[in-house]
Amino acid sequence: MINPRRLLSRSEPWVFAAIILLSLLIQARSGQFFTGNNLVDLVQAMIVPGLLSVGCMMVIVSGGIDVSFTAVASLAMYVTDRMLLSSHYAGNVLLAYAMSAGFGLLLGALNGFLIAFLRLPTLVVTLGTASLYTGLMFGAFAASASDVPPAIAAHGKETLFTAVNPQLGLSSNMPSQVLILVSVFILAFLLLRYTMLGRGIYAIGGDETAAERAGFNVRAIKMFLYCLVGVLAGITGIARISMIVYADPSTMLGMELTVIAAVVLGGTRVTGGIGTLTGTALGIALMTVLANSLILIGIPTYWSRAFTGAVIIIGTGVTARQIVTKRRRERGADVRTSEAP
Amino acid sequence: MKTTGTAVPALQVRRTRDQNLVRLFVMLLLVFVLMTTLRPREFPTLANFGSMMRQFPEYGIMAIGISLTMITGGIDLGVVGTANLSAILAAKFLIGYVPQGAPPQVVLPYIVAAVLIALATGMACGYFAGILISRFNIPAILATLGTQQLYTGIAVGITNGRPQSRLPLLYSKIGNTELFNLFPLSFFLFLVIALGVGLLLSRTRFGTSMYLYGTNPKAARYAGLNNASILRRTYLLSGLLSSVAGLIMMARANSAKADYGAPYTLQCVLIAVLGGIDPNGGFGKIAGVTLAILILQFLSSGLNMFNQVSNFYRDVIWGGVLILVLVFNRLLSARAERRASKKRAIV
Repeated sequence: MINPRRLLSRSEPWVFAAIILLSLLIQARSGQFFTGNNLVDLVQAMIVPGLLSVGCMMVIVSGGIDVSFTAVASLAMYVTDRMLLSSHYAGNVLLAYAMSAGFGLLLGALNGFLIAFLRLPTLVVTLGTASLYTGLMFGAFAASASDVPPAIAAHGKETLFTAVNPQLGLSSNMPSQVLILVSVFILAFLLLRYTMLGRGIYAIGGDETAAERAGFNVRAIKMFLYCLVGVLAGITGIARISMIVYADPSTMLGMELTVIAAVVLGGTRVTGGIGTLTGTALGIALMTVLANSLILIGIPTYWSRAFTGAVIIIGTGVTARQIVTKRRRERGADVRTSEAP
Repeated sequence: MKTTGTAVPALQVRRTRDQNLVRLFVMLLLVFVLMTTLRPREFPTLANFGSMMRQFPEYGIMAIGISLTMITGGIDLGVVGTANLSAILAAKFLIGYVPQGAPPQVVLPYIVAAVLIALATGMACGYFAGILISRFNIPAILATLGTQQLYTGIAVGITNGRPQSRLPLLYSKIGNTELFNLFPLSFFLFLVIALGVGLLLSRTRFGTSMYLYGTNPKAARYAGLNNASILRRTYLLSGLLSSVAGLIMMARANSAKADYGAPYTLQCVLIAVLGGIDPNGGFGKIAGVTLAILILQFLSSGLNMFNQVSNFYRDVIWGGVLILVLVFNRLLSARAERRASKKRAIV
């Protein structure tokens, strides 16, 4: 039996309700929300932030924060793209994914080394590596928008099905990259649910010392985690450039903020230890629907940034408040005074 | 993210922290000597020093603001947004209300009002972040990532993304005054603020309570401190300092723009960490931060004298230096800890 009160104290149902409400609002105003092509467009817009959100959520669950994953994704995909172009590579796209994932692994491993072995603060380290990686990309590789190898371009044209909107005469293709998104979510679910490694990520986020005493190898888990974030970022980079069919080095920069916000909106606790993939997916869905529909609900483009900021503040505020009230209820009223902010 | 503080005795800490100041000073000298030998005709000149004194106050003042919030164990990533929003509101007021071609004595009260508007905006922005952190328990990183987005967004929204120029000439004239034909007004502002904040931290009750809160919030609470009020005042101060930086940027560029100075955020965090502020809270001095500001300005002005070095390498250098300093500090504190435990074993 699911306890309804317990269910409502989580964020997932609220985010879900917000998505439904927002969709109905947009449907009422434009009449175009629940059309096949709009839904396909939304799913398409969710692929890249969705892929990035998985690693981001795991890092936050472990009690850290990573702001460098978009820089990792951009640098990994850009180096891969240039190398494949200069060698006139004509083979399968899998090599591109593997190479980019490999570069991502290296870049993520540097984060992991600094955080797991030198125990440096995650925010400052990843701010630093983000600057380092983007600087390398624009400085050492003189990055600018460039072509993609034929394999990646062909991969970008693969579609699963096409949704046509007869009313407006528009059609949208469901890109094959959505399969990557689905498989990454399934694998991440299995990892977090059924492996000691996955449980370890939650354990060190809950209490690092306790996790260590319980026999988890905290260093190894953290190292693995930041490497995994790098690999996922590398894969995301190729998925992104195949969908837009040119390698734009700045196409993903700045997205980290939206992804972090979505993960936190989805109920992942920023102090670590708590978070679900369902919540993360819902958070990404909410942010995507918001971003794609601001004009439809009557918010002028110039105000979209302020709107995102307000959503982040309100979303994180509500989640943080919930945690406090929940903790108070659990502890009872007598210890209320000892509640440290 | 908060790790438990290292168990180093207080005396030991004081010595290593003072060593940190010495180390920074040596580093500053090294950078100076390096740049002087590499660019003897351009670097050690009065003109170069004059231009450096005009450049660093705007981000230096923001770095002091960020440092304050980092001493309490938080961070303020919204300083640049606050600075720009304050400057834009002041600029909008000046452009909208000052009559065209009015004589200076008529314009002056408007400028005073505009400065007050900017300062009030800065304080309101900081206070809002403080409320989010202290009352709604949002972690400082997220709250200020949000406020940065919100304030920049409001600034974009009310200006439609266009720069606010055609300010009354008197404003930039006052802002770019040079005392003794050498020291810009902004440089004096920086000196006053650095001294004031330094004294606030070392000599006042509020300063001590910030350090105590940063070291251990729970202990601060049991010591009878009002933690929420400490946080609110810290972020209010950071917002106020940001608005001063915003006014300086407005005078220097003779306009205000919503997305001015975006890379300053990282640069300010770098300065704070380089200057010996512990990102986990509780440690650090403004003297260290000031030395770090000078080191960065020397490096940046020096690099500008090499045409072949792309601007993007600056990102590489900032990021690289930030990480190296972190690693270095970590290794040093590990050594100090080992030594301390050895001493204890002997006793």
